[in-house]
Amino acid sequence: MSFLTLDHVSHHYFSKESYTKALDNISMAVKEGEFISLLGPSGCGKSTLLSIIAGIIQQTEGTVSLQGKSTTESEMEIGYMLQQDYLFPWKTIIDNVLLGPKINGNKTDDLRKKALQLLKEVGLKDVEMKYPSELSGGMRQRVALVRTLINNPKILLLDEPFSALDYQTKLNLEDLVADLLKSYHKTAVLVTHDIGEAIAMSDRIFMMNANPGSIAKIYEVPIELRNEVPFLVRRHPKYQLIFDKIWDELESKESQQKVVEIPNE
Amino acid sequence: MNDHHLFENYKRGLKREKKIVLFWQLTILIAFFSLWEIASRLYWIDPLLFSSPSKVFDLLVTRFANGSIFNHLQVTLFETIIGFIIGTIGGILIATSLWSSARFANIMGPYLVVLNAMPKVALGPILIVALGPGYLSIIAMGFIISVIVTTLVVYSAFNEVDPNYEKVLRSFGASRWQCFKEAIFPAAMPAMISTLKVNVGLSWVGVIVGEYLVSKQGLGYLIIYGFQVFDFTLVMSSLVIIAVLAAIMYKLVEKLERWLIRNRNT
Repeated sequence: MSFLTLDHVSHHYFSKESYTKALDNISMAVKEGEFISLLGPSGCGKSTLLSIIAGIIQQTEGTVSLQGKSTTESEMEIGYMLQQDYLFPWKTIIDNVLLGPKINGNKTDDLRKKALQLLKEVGLKDVEMKYPSELSGGMRQRVALVRTLINNPKILLLDEPFSALDYQTKLNLEDLVADLLKSYHKTAVLVTHDIGEAIAMSDRIFMMNANPGSIAKIYEVPIELRNEVPFLVRRHPKYQLIFDKIWDELESKESQQKVVEIPNE
Repeated sequence: MNDHHLFENYKRGLKREKKIVLFWQLTILIAFFSLWEIASRLYWIDPLLFSSPSKVFDLLVTRFANGSIFNHLQVTLFETIIGFIIGTIGGILIATSLWSSARFANIMGPYLVVLNAMPKVALGPILIVALGPGYLSIIAMGFIISVIVTTLVVYSAFNEVDPNYEKVLRSFGASRWQCFKEAIFPAAMPAMISTLKVNVGLSWVGVIVGEYLVSKQGLGYLIIYGFQVFDFTLVMSSLVIIAVLAAIMYKLVEKLERWLIRNRNT
């Protein structure tokens, strides 16, 4: 049985004048410990899909289940990372990290120790009493990662968490995240529009269509690449092969879309 | 020139700028009072109507010496502070209840717009009839003049908080109330502090107008009384006292602001 299951999920956004179908009939199954990416142009509903998996948005049709349970009733088992760190600027780093336990009323000394341990693991020592404004963008995103991991989620949802960082920080953080997820055997869903990032980090890539968002194609990342750290994947000869394949597919999709759009004008 | 010299130069520049500003501030102050004094002595303006700084000063000294001003001062200050506090807190509470229910906010929308547009001072006579001619209606005046503005400003500040903070909390399973406590309220803190500053001025307006209408004591009463008996020295002295008190209150709010912000940044 698969770990995360989406069964014929659709989502509509309603406004007074009209409605848009953001997601159309999406089904997928993710195995435990697997890392998948949702790749697609902006506006294809990737982030909406992630919010639905997280149980923050209620889908209009279909079901989402995590180990057989609906995700709205198992929120604590889901860790969510956004494009920016969204650390609370008026809280110290340690208070930010322990926000999840505080919300759930189980903030203990043990968890505090674990938080410090995790911060050390991501290369942040002696920052716990600092405020977010005193840290760099990459450090803040690492704090956000720890804030997510402290709740011991079964699945991590990553919504373009590296997109706001400079290239070097981004590559370092990719390695760190991949390494941590592998060592804790976590399942993860990454949303991105960066083909290289998708290949470097994931086991499978779901390419999405826009208007309405649907799954166009699924790519299996070659086994040789899956076990490498992201940085080395980018140098692997097979990396370029699959990159080109996905690139061509996206290009042809774009030209198709242009053809479709002309009659509307 | 080395680095240290450059830095010294920079600091000297800052100091000089500060001195120049202070010099002109004092010059304006002295020029204003001297001109007023001279104009009054030389009958350029009618001293009966416009009094003069020396007469105002004399009156203030006698009044403070024999203690007859303290009662008025206390009454007005008390009414203003109470009106200010319940106006601010009331506004924040109403804004919170609007935030907690989008439907309630939609229902209340037009009423808030009308109440905000209406000159609250015009409600004075109704307040006096309803609450009696005393403290209560004056405090109510100080309250009513600041509460609506506070509600609107704080409510819109609540709504402008980045929704992603709420998203983070929701992903931890936070309730709506927990979202409010952890994200919305603290994030709206700067907006709330700036309404405090506005409300200092507003509650003075409310209380003084209230005293014009009804009271038997207080600084607003002294102004109206002085006006009726043609004692403009009394009117001017009361104005001076009000200016000083309002400035002190404003400075205290600034202190509070700095304390609250330091609490969040160090």
